[in-house]
Amino acid sequence: MSVLAHVFEAAGIATVVLSSVREMAAKVSPPRTLHCEFPLGRPLGIPGDPVFQHDVLSRAFALLEAPSGPVFVEHPVVIEADGQPVACSLPPRFDASVPPAVDEASGLRKAYDRSLAKRGVTSVGRAVQAASIPDVLGMLHAVALGADWTTVGFPGGNTTAICHDIRTYYEEAALELVDGPAPGGRAMEDWFFDRTEAGGTVLAARAAMRDAGVKFPIWFYMTPGQR
Amino acid sequence: MNGDQAMRTHAALLPAPQFPDPAWVTPKPLTQSTVAIVTSAALHAPDDARFAAGDTGYRLLDQDSRNLAMGHWSPNFDHMGFKLDLNVVYPIDRLEELALRGVIGAVAPRHVSFAGNQPDDVSTIRLDTGPAAAAELRRDGVDVAIFTPV
Repeated sequence: MSVLAHVFEAAGIATVVLSSVREMAAKVSPPRTLHCEFPLGRPLGIPGDPVFQHDVLSRAFALLEAPSGPVFVEHPVVIEADGQPVACSLPPRFDASVPPAVDEASGLRKAYDRSLAKRGVTSVGRAVQAASIPDVLGMLHAVALGADWTTVGFPGGNTTAICHDIRTYYEEAALELVDGPAPGGRAMEDWFFDRTEAGGTVLAARAAMRDAGVKFPIWFYMTPGQR
Repeated sequence: MNGDQAMRTHAALLPAPQFPDPAWVTPKPLTQSTVAIVTSAALHAPDDARFAAGDTGYRLLDQDSRNLAMGHWSPNFDHMGFKLDLNVVYPIDRLEELALRGVIGAVAPRHVSFAGNQPDDVSTIRLDTGPAAAAELRRDGVDVAIFTPV
C-alpha cells in the first residue's frame, strides 16, 4: 500500500494510507499515513460500527491539510485481536462410517447455502466448490494418517488453495450460526482451528507433511504461519 | 505472541523499496475532491477473474458494487470482518455518506483493488500496473485516494 501511494501521488492523486505495520510505513514513508493498530484485515477497525469507521476516515482526511510531508500520525485507539474462539454451534456426529471432519462439513452445508443465498457471493471455489469440501477433508484425513499427499487426489494439487476453500466454507457457514456482536479479529480463525474437526484435520495433515519432508511452501501456507 | 503480532513482526523485517524524491500533491479542498478507495484486499466482483497467487494486476470496482469477494491468498489475517461488513475494508458506504453530507465532493465511479501479497521487489506494481491503475482513476477525475491494507 505504501509503495502504491507513492505511485499514485506521482500520477497526480493525493493519497492517504491507513497503515497496519508501523515499521513498514516508516521505511517506505508514503506522503500521508494514519497508522491504525487494529486487527489485521480490518483497516477501518470495527465491522458494523459506522461511527468508528467515520472517525478513522475523518482523521485520515485531516492529513490532507498538511502543507508538506511525509506525515505520519497514529490513531489513538488500539484494538487487539481476540484471544478466544467465537462460540458457534457445530453439527452433531451423524455418519460414523466417515471421518469426523467429513461428517461435520456435510452437516454445515445448509448453513453455507443460506449464507450464500443471503450474501450472493462466496470466496469458496479457488480449488474446489462447496460440494467437494467433505471430499477434500477426507483426503486430508488420509494424509494426516500417513498417506502421500501427491496420491490422495487433491484437485489441482494446490494445498494452499484447498485449505483456503475449506476454511472459507466454514467461516461463511458460521455467518449463519453466530449471534450477537461481530466476532473480534482472529476469533473465527481460533474457532476453526481450535474447535472444529476440519481445523484439526488440516493441522494434523500439515504436521504430517512437514514431518515427511514435503517442501516448505506446500505445507506451511495451509494455515496461518503462527500455527 | 498472537497471529497479528507474529505477522507484524515478520512484515517489519521485509525489504522495503526507497523513494528518494517522493512526489507530493497539494490537494484541492476535500469538499471539492472526488475520492477513490485503493485496497490491497484483492477484492473482486463475482464475474471478475480471480486473483492468482502473486497476482500483480488489479481489478476495478464499480461504485455501486457491494457483492464483492475477497480473493487474497494469505491465511494470515482476519477475513471475517469483511464478510460481516465490507466497509471495514472497503468503506464505500462511508464515502457515500460523506458525499451526501458535503464533506467530500464526490465518490469516484470506480475504485481499485490489488492483492497485498506481492513479489518482494514490487517492480510490476511500481512501474506497470500501479501507474496504469492510477491513470484509470485520473481519467475518472479522482483527486484523492484512501489506501486500505489487509
